[in-house]
Amino acid sequence: MPLIREPNIADPDGFYAALLRAHEGLTGEESRALDARLVLILANHVGEREALEEALALARET
Amino acid sequence: MADGQPFPARRPPGLDAPEPRHPVAIVGAGPVGLLAALELARFGCPSVLLDDNDRVCEGSRAICWSKRSLEIMDRVGLGEGMARMGVTWKVGRTFHGDSKVFEFDLLPEDGHKMPAFVNLPQHEVERMLVERAEAEPLVDLRFRNRVAAVRQDASGATLAVETDFGPYELSAGWLLACDGARSPIRRAMGLDFDGELFEERFLIADIAMDHDMPDERHFWFEPTFHPGQSALMHKQPGGIYRIDLQLGWDADPDAERTPEIVIPRIEKVVGHRDFRLEWTSVYTFHCRRLARFRHGRVLFVGDSAHVVSPFGARGGNGGLQDVDALGWRLAAVVAGEAGNEALDHWDAERQHAADENIANSSRATRFMTPREGAERVYRDQVLRLAARAPFARPMVNSGRLSAPCAYPAKGAEAALPEVSAPGRVAPDAPLPDGWLSERLRGWTLLGIGARPPRAEGMARVTAPAEGPLAERYLGAAARAVILVRPDGVVAARWDRAPSAAEAEAERDALLCR
Ligand SMILES: Cc1cc2nc3c(=O)[nH]c(=O)nc-3n(C[C@H](O)[C@H](O)[C@H](O)COP(=O)(O)OP(=O)(O)OC[C@H]3O[C@@H](n4cnc5c(N)ncnc54)[C@H](O)[C@@H]3O)c2cc1C
Repeated sequence: MPLIREPNIADPDGFYAALLRAHEGLTGEESRALDARLVLILANHVGEREALEEALALARET
Repeated sequence: MADGQPFPARRPPGLDAPEPRHPVAIVGAGPVGLLAALELARFGCPSVLLDDNDRVCEGSRAICWSKRSLEIMDRVGLGEGMARMGVTWKVGRTFHGDSKVFEFDLLPEDGHKMPAFVNLPQHEVERMLVERAEAEPLVDLRFRNRVAAVRQDASGATLAVETDFGPYELSAGWLLACDGARSPIRRAMGLDFDGELFEERFLIADIAMDHDMPDERHFWFEPTFHPGQSALMHKQPGGIYRIDLQLGWDADPDAERTPEIVIPRIEKVVGHRDFRLEWTSVYTFHCRRLARFRHGRVLFVGDSAHVVSPFGARGGNGGLQDVDALGWRLAAVVAGEAGNEALDHWDAERQHAADENIANSSRATRFMTPREGAERVYRDQVLRLAARAPFARPMVNSGRLSAPCAYPAKGAEAALPEVSAPGRVAPDAPLPDGWLSERLRGWTLLGIGARPPRAEGMARVTAPAEGPLAERYLGAAARAVILVRPDGVVAARWDRAPSAAEAEAERDALLCR
């Protein structure tokens, strides 16, 4: 399945706020570690290499 | 360790009369060169094998020999002995801190003659090979014969050899450079050996002790006994244990070898001081390869062609597989039964294998020694997640152990199982009267639920369509005929009985006739 590039989260503002909350009170280093864990967790959830490669390319080129 | 008597050095014939021209000269009597000579002899091809030394290798080198290596050694009569002498294992456990995060089983199914892995020191393996080579009339093994120069022309290579008795020259139609990672022949020919150096130092220690460790591989990331680094422990026969400790790039390699520093480090690993140091060395590791392994009449085999870091045991095992794919081809070329281009096929297959071995070894080494920045962050977070989330466990990489690669090959019959597709090692299975692997010694047509044709120069094995054999070769199909190469790799297969001409055409294509 190709990467979803259209909005796909029902409550984007709510998710964004939740993401920031997860980082609250963390040092820069701790935040970076949390983001890394999050990437790994979400990547596993996506699972499909094709979509993941596209995501990597999109992140890298923006 | 270097307890063995020196092997006898004899006066080479080339000193007293012109040295006869040899079909094949092999330089280097490490495991790769020794096996190459024996493998050629198996196909009736004589060779002369020169080594600058007169002893088996010293110190801590290879200990882990793969199932594939045991199968290869079995063909020259040494597999059963290695399996009997070695410590057999198949389970690896990986720890982070003090808790287990990952576990693998390298041979989860039954019905194979050889175990997944045995641990046996390289010098023992070399000793067995030397004994076999000395007893083999087609192998002319010469110790303390140092190759000092090499030149080649269209019909072969000429070596300048130095001995205790004086220098002489030796010419051969083909030259196998099995002269190790520092290959003097590679240097003399000015060939680049490109790749990656890992900026890390590892202490490798062999110790003797009474210890109660299961027959397994244990690997630790950041154990409490060696904070912030990694550690690996393997069991060898006779109460010897191999311990690898990561030291960091700044460690002083000379100081780290001294007993005053080594002993307290080991004491923390094993929890007592009741052990004896057998050997210690400090290594840095590389992953490098030649761009190609065939250079005219000179073929680079084993460490001279490619080196890897040892996590995954792909160095020696990979070298033995180089020989596996070469012996039958070179013997056929020498006998005039194959075209020289068959050796380019060998080169292509082993480049493919070297890339796979290097990719696996580099990934494991990078996981152990991440560079600062993203690499370090991800490595640490994978380890942290692994304790709680099963998905992260297979990302924990303490080495992916040597397994034969699948050579690129055409004509995979889609209906038959992937495990026995062309290009793969024909999987072993029990037969009513022994093991399949014991029957695959030359070109073989294996018929399962079908009668293979009588083809020129091919052995025939027929077996009933049942048990592990049927599972591994038939899948859902009712019958199959498999053409197996002399190295036990599947060359072609059919879900029917092919004609003799069809089978011969597949073989002739591989031999570039
Ligand atoms: C710490 C460590 C652990 C390892 N663990 C494993 C493991 O568990 N499993 C595994 O599969 N591999 C392992 N390896 C790798 C393995 O040891 C090598 O891949 C293997 O020795 C390569 O064999 P070779 O015959 O190609 O070369 P070598 O064993 O290096 O033999 C080369 C031979 O050539 C001879 N020679 C050199 N120059 C000349 C000359 N000018 N004239 C004549 N002779 C010459 C040398 O004397 C030597 O005998 C390990 C390596 C190390 C360092």
